Amino acid sequence: MSNRVIHWFRYGSPQSFYPLAGKMVPWFVMLAVLFGIAGLWTGFFVAPTDATQGDAYRIIFIHVPASWLSMFLYLIMAFWAGLGLALNTRLSSMMASAVAPTGAMFAFLSLWTGALWGKPMWGAWWVWDARLTSELILLFLYLGFMALQAAIDEPRRADKAGAILALVGVINVPIIYFSVKWWNTLHQGASISMSKAPSMAKTMLLGMLLMAIACWMYSIAVSLMRARTIMLEREPNSEWVKHAVE
Amino acid sequence: MQWNSASDFFAMGGYAFYVWGSFGVTAAALLIEPFLLRKHGSEVVCGLRRQLSADRAMNSASEESAS
Repeated sequence: MSNRVIHWFRYGSPQSFYPLAGKMVPWFVMLAVLFGIAGLWTGFFVAPTDATQGDAYRIIFIHVPASWLSMFLYLIMAFWAGLGLALNTRLSSMMASAVAPTGAMFAFLSLWTGALWGKPMWGAWWVWDARLTSELILLFLYLGFMALQAAIDEPRRADKAGAILALVGVINVPIIYFSVKWWNTLHQGASISMSKAPSMAKTMLLGMLLMAIACWMYSIAVSLMRARTIMLEREPNSEWVKHAVE
Repeated sequence: MQWNSASDFFAMGGYAFYVWGSFGVTAAALLIEPFLLRKHGSEVVCGLRRQLSADRAMNSASEESAS
């Protein structure tokens, strides 16, 4: 029985995680493409035109998933960074660095698609509204985390400084999420509520969820790809890297 | 389906600029990011390989001179 125990901690070291991540990437890419096709089909061909917003509402199928992912990825980044800070595990900190650029990209896409939705609906590309401003701060937190890590030469010190910034910035995530409740904003309320029945058409909801899953799968694939390169860059003289690149 | 023709679909009820502007930039970002990552990843692997073969050549040269 004892030799059947799964060694969970084995995958906590870069040398065993590197090949595992390499095998996982193609699967997540495939899932992202499949869910993306299903989501786009549902969003453009199955979901009906909205009664009040016309076809402009179709931006929701990318705006909401991008916004969710920008918040989720921040929490994941802060989780890995915090774990790296508390336990001094080098793989956790590498994962935090691997997630940050993708999170920043989703935060940018959330603002970009939001501007393109705001213009026809509110008549303005940008307003200094609580929801929009806190999402902009999220983008700056990601960029600050990346800039701070890039500015410190010694990787372990860069990890620690980045972790503190990431953990302090976590406070912004609930602010973004609840901003539409706490303040009077131009932005519409949460698309999905835990306590109420969904107010939108079932097909609209389905399209949004499929696109969100596609974005998730994409984020996992891209983060694993980036984590693999970070591992090689950080430990260039170790034996496992020599074996891995051969 | 709510579209009568392909041009009807691309017009997006008059919101073509906003809808395709959103989806176009998102699609571009989601294609460019993995492409750049792959490129950077293979550059790193190539650099490490070069380093490794240079080290080996140095080692064998120093062994030969020692013997």
